[in-house]
Amino acid sequence: MPQTIRLTTPFTDEDVSKLSIGDKVLITGTIYTGRDAAHKRLVELVEAGKDLPFDIKGQIIYYVGPAPAPPGKPIGSAGPTTSYRMDPYAPALMDVGLKGMIGKGPRNQKVIDSMKKNKAVYLAAIGGAAVVVAKSIKEAKVIAYDDLGTEAIRELKVEDFPCIVANDIYGNDIYKDGVEKYKVET
Amino acid sequence: MREIDVNEIIPIVKKLCIDANYYIGEDVLDKIKEFYEKEESATAKEVLSILLENYELAANEKMPSCQDTGVAVVFIELGQDVHLFGGDFYEAINEGVRQGYKDGYLRKSIVNDPIIDRVNTKDNTPALIYTDIVPGEKIKIIVAPKGGGSENMSEVKMMKAADGIEGVVDFVVDRVSRSGGNPCPPIVVGIGLGGNFEQSALLAKKALLRPLNESHPEEKWARIEEEILEKVNKLGIGPQGFGGRTTALGVSIMYKPCHIASMPVAVNIQCHAARHKSAVI
Ligand code: SF4
Repeated sequence: MPQTIRLTTPFTDEDVSKLSIGDKVLITGTIYTGRDAAHKRLVELVEAGKDLPFDIKGQIIYYVGPAPAPPGKPIGSAGPTTSYRMDPYAPALMDVGLKGMIGKGPRNQKVIDSMKKNKAVYLAAIGGAAVVVAKSIKEAKVIAYDDLGTEAIRELKVEDFPCIVANDIYGNDIYKDGVEKYKVET
Repeated sequence: MREIDVNEIIPIVKKLCIDANYYIGEDVLDKIKEFYEKEESATAKEVLSILLENYELAANEKMPSCQDTGVAVVFIELGQDVHLFGGDFYEAINEGVRQGYKDGYLRKSIVNDPIIDRVNTKDNTPALIYTDIVPGEKIKIIVAPKGGGSENMSEVKMMKAADGIEGVVDFVVDRVSRSGGNPCPPIVVGIGLGGNFEQSALLAKKALLRPLNESHPEEKWARIEEEILEKVNKLGIGPQGFGGRTTALGVSIMYKPCHIASMPVAVNIQCHAARHKSAVI
């Protein structure tokens, strides 16, 4: 039976070991945003043995390209973007301590294997539920790669950011197991 | 004959762009609630209830329900007894889109050239505008913002008459199956049949404008819509692709006569954010 679990960042091994696919997770604390271009730069730094713009140990990256912030709000509507574009970069970041990723849609086998190896999880935010997500974001500030515009890395302070466990550290994949369970042969 | 100043169009298009993104139709909400009751998966139920919460919040907070506020697709039904003056009609529509996306804090998602430059036009123009000339002296404007995630899962296939209705149903179900969780299910499936290569795609898009609580006016086509919906919901994809019974909220078909040698079939996938608003001048 799926459970609802509240977690604060950074995540520990113990935190992620409690999660199974289908569980609802409410995250509180600091998370970071990043899309294609920012990922490319982060991985280049890792490969060059240089420091990243933030301490990635135990941290979570959210794949998002938000709408403009209306007056008085820290951020505009901010639902997830499709994750597979970040697949080529994700394993290298998990190898240096990344514990969680938030996006939408399935990941490839290399990413799933790396999650198992590094005890990291992939959480799905709900595509199209962009205001629910925005409401959970209390502060947003650009901390790196300002030149990338919407793709810059932002530090977000979140409270009860809602997501669903899509890949746990045990190698399970909701996009396969979930669909298998409800498929009716015709 | 009626005289209409094109500048009257600008604030109307602006409002339609904003309203479509902030306020989802009641028909979508009713369908999500109906499927919530029937859904067996606890995770799927959770997703559907988050979607309902999101649409309520978007309306209350006056924010776009999804950050992908799409390309502005604009359908015009122009009465033939209308005389437009005061400037370029299509430019007036684009100005409305420009103002709506700016003042409504909607995301600008259009690039100037599809392949080589791909520079953002920064105001979400140009809109995609389709005009039909109809009898009368009114103008009907429909604005239907369309997100990229679901549009990318759409397809046109030139089938053979021998493929029959079974072939069409199989193609549509297979298209949905291959889309999986990518188009943000639950989806709406728009199907355009007949016409020509290009018209079938436009029919599929227009089919998506039909309210979800209505089925095809012709019984034989309504039955086929039902059959496709049932098959699609047996795929198990479920909301967001997490597994479940609610893969699609509805199927809508439009057809036109076609050439004796052809059977064009277009499938336009629409995410749950089935946004469209209209006004009549
Ligand atoms: S597919 Fe629809 S709901 Fe999903 S991100 Fe795109 S516009 Fe939003």
